[in-house]
Amino acid sequence: MEEQDKILEEVTSGEYKFGFVSDFEMDTIPKGLNEDVIRIISEKKGEPDFMLQFRLDAFRKWQKMKMPDWAYLKMAPIDFQEIIYYAAPKTKPQYESLDEVDPELLETFNKLGIPLEEQKMLAGVAVDAVIDSVSVKTTFKETLAEKGIIFCSFSEAVKEHPDLVQKYLGMSVPVTDNFFAALNSAVFSDGSFCYIPKGVRCPMELSTYFRINAAGTGQFERTLIIADDDSYVSYLEGCTAPMRDENQLHAAVVEIIALERAEVKYSTVQNWYPGDKNGKGGVYNFVTKRGVCRGESSKISWTQVETGSAITWKYPSCILLGDNSVGEFNSVAVTNNHQQADTGTKMIHIGKNTKSTIVSKGISAGKSDNAYRGLVKVMPGATNARNFSQCDSLLLGSTCGAHTFPYIEVGNKTAVVEHEATTSKIGEDQIFYCNQRGISTEDAIGMIVNGYAKEVLNKLPMEFAVEAQKLLQISLEGSVG
Amino acid sequence: MLTIKNLKVAVEGMEILKGINLDIKPGEVHAIMGPNGSGKSTLGNVLAGKENYEVLEGEVSFLGEDLLELAAEERAKKGLFLSFQYPVEIPGVPMVNFLKTSLNEHRKYKGLEPLTAGEFLKLMREKKEMLHLDSQLTNRSVNEGFSGGEKKKNEIFQMALLEPKLAILDETDSGLDIDALKIVAEGVNALKSPERSTIVITHYQRLLDYIVPDFVHVLYKGRIVKSAGKELALELEEKGYDWIKKELA
Repeated sequence: MEEQDKILEEVTSGEYKFGFVSDFEMDTIPKGLNEDVIRIISEKKGEPDFMLQFRLDAFRKWQKMKMPDWAYLKMAPIDFQEIIYYAAPKTKPQYESLDEVDPELLETFNKLGIPLEEQKMLAGVAVDAVIDSVSVKTTFKETLAEKGIIFCSFSEAVKEHPDLVQKYLGMSVPVTDNFFAALNSAVFSDGSFCYIPKGVRCPMELSTYFRINAAGTGQFERTLIIADDDSYVSYLEGCTAPMRDENQLHAAVVEIIALERAEVKYSTVQNWYPGDKNGKGGVYNFVTKRGVCRGESSKISWTQVETGSAITWKYPSCILLGDNSVGEFNSVAVTNNHQQADTGTKMIHIGKNTKSTIVSKGISAGKSDNAYRGLVKVMPGATNARNFSQCDSLLLGSTCGAHTFPYIEVGNKTAVVEHEATTSKIGEDQIFYCNQRGISTEDAIGMIVNGYAKEVLNKLPMEFAVEAQKLLQISLEGSVG
Repeated sequence: MLTIKNLKVAVEGMEILKGINLDIKPGEVHAIMGPNGSGKSTLGNVLAGKENYEVLEGEVSFLGEDLLELAAEERAKKGLFLSFQYPVEIPGVPMVNFLKTSLNEHRKYKGLEPLTAGEFLKLMREKKEMLHLDSQLTNRSVNEGFSGGEKKKNEIFQMALLEPKLAILDETDSGLDIDALKIVAEGVNALKSPERSTIVITHYQRLLDYIVPDFVHVLYKGRIVKSAGKELALELEEKGYDWIKKELA
């Protein structure tokens, strides 16, 4: 057993592969947070008054809130006055072609393996690349515009479509929802906005890459996706971040609104810097993601592959308001070395005949802790609500932990709620069997882990699934080039 | 092909193999028989490079190289194949992916290009037919939900794909009915060649009716206590192991 643990440890204690810092000029404001800082942010972004009021309202409420302590996490207190709340590339460029883009920025994308040129050519993927809070480049916009689809940076949406923003902002995630959502509402820098008009099926996968740059800069993204009646959109979000010594706070908010018979698929591959082997550094990823199925027969599905961050704390959730609406949550969360993850979902059944499915696959290695926390709540009016939950944990070695906290609250007798859970360990015998067929231990672990997570990976769009598979293997390997 | 000199092996502090000597030449088939707990499977596992087997003493040379210095996957790629007594299940990993990865690792080691999907499927179909394997089997996860017989056939199927230089069949006959036994033996015999050697580990003579050995060794309490031609297996079948135990006493 000890020998096996040793092998697993060697194999799984790999260093982060995507660590680098690009140094293009930043425009920052002093660290710390007060009403003046919020006014500066709003002013720098040239926002209308309703946005400033939204921010100030959130800030005042946030000041009265306390950071929650119920998660299964070990962490030092965060000093919110030590954070810089706004950083943006100095000049906000508007480019006609890639030739005009800062070569440093292009190099950054190249290192990430997501050059815009390639992205443009990739089968139908439009990329709204967000580097440190300000959108730099949006592609495929014209194609989308023909269909009436709006896909732009949040700042742009505030300027161009203030009515939509004002109507839907905070509808899924109210300002006071939680501590970090309130903070985000006060200081969010930028993010993506997406509106799919009535009856339109978005012809391509929409995609955003987020990156955290500038040392010590908190990153507060805001994403708002609205799918109008009978529309469909698949949205991809993927991340990598440069290696940094100090912890970086990331508190994003993603809101989805699905109207009558609309469907939204939201897929995430998260690979932020998890800290070094000893648990130093790494991103704190405290995200609020929620979708509301407002319309009848609407559907929202969350699929996530979480391999990064020192601490992940997120519960992409669905509020099933419309009758016959459907919510899905598919998750693979990998923790290695000293990473901690407390993730899961909430499915709130309000409408009649609402259905939800939860598939959570946790993989723990090294000295990490991986917790699933989920709530299935059936309100009294949710006649014939159905839920199926499956929560599996896979352990690599004996120094890591897996924890499951399922909460079920049923207020309607006709509801059917099922929960299944398993815990397994990659066995020495499985690895030896692979070795005996000429497959190295690293490849064997990669293969077994991918097999275990397949059910979720299959839910990802094709090009993402391939990336995610590689990522799972990289996250658990020691093979650094 | 394989030379074992004075091999002593302990598992969890207990000495299981107490000085094994064995010399296997290309083309030869050696049967290793013996009562339960004599160290037969330990020998197979230690040759294949399983962890947690502590080599206390001795040397093993395989194709002129020090076998004990090589990692398990290196031994496999050099042409050492172990047909497991209890093939392990790997949920979620389809047989076909597993086989393709395995085969291409072997090819890479030999400096060959990986097979294309078409070539691979064709090869797989041939070998499946040879072993009368259910064609759906390769779409399932590795060994998951396979019957005892299917698992054993699946081992020989993999052997047929990988074409090893030295195959160690660890109680491949256990759990097989007579028809399956014949099919498995046919598969093994089909691979026989002057360049390939086989070690057959078994309790019973039965398998040796179909896979005819050149030599039979009796392993008892961690030592090879008797070696002879194929007639020894028949003698064991008839008399059991007690007469050997008495002879040694």
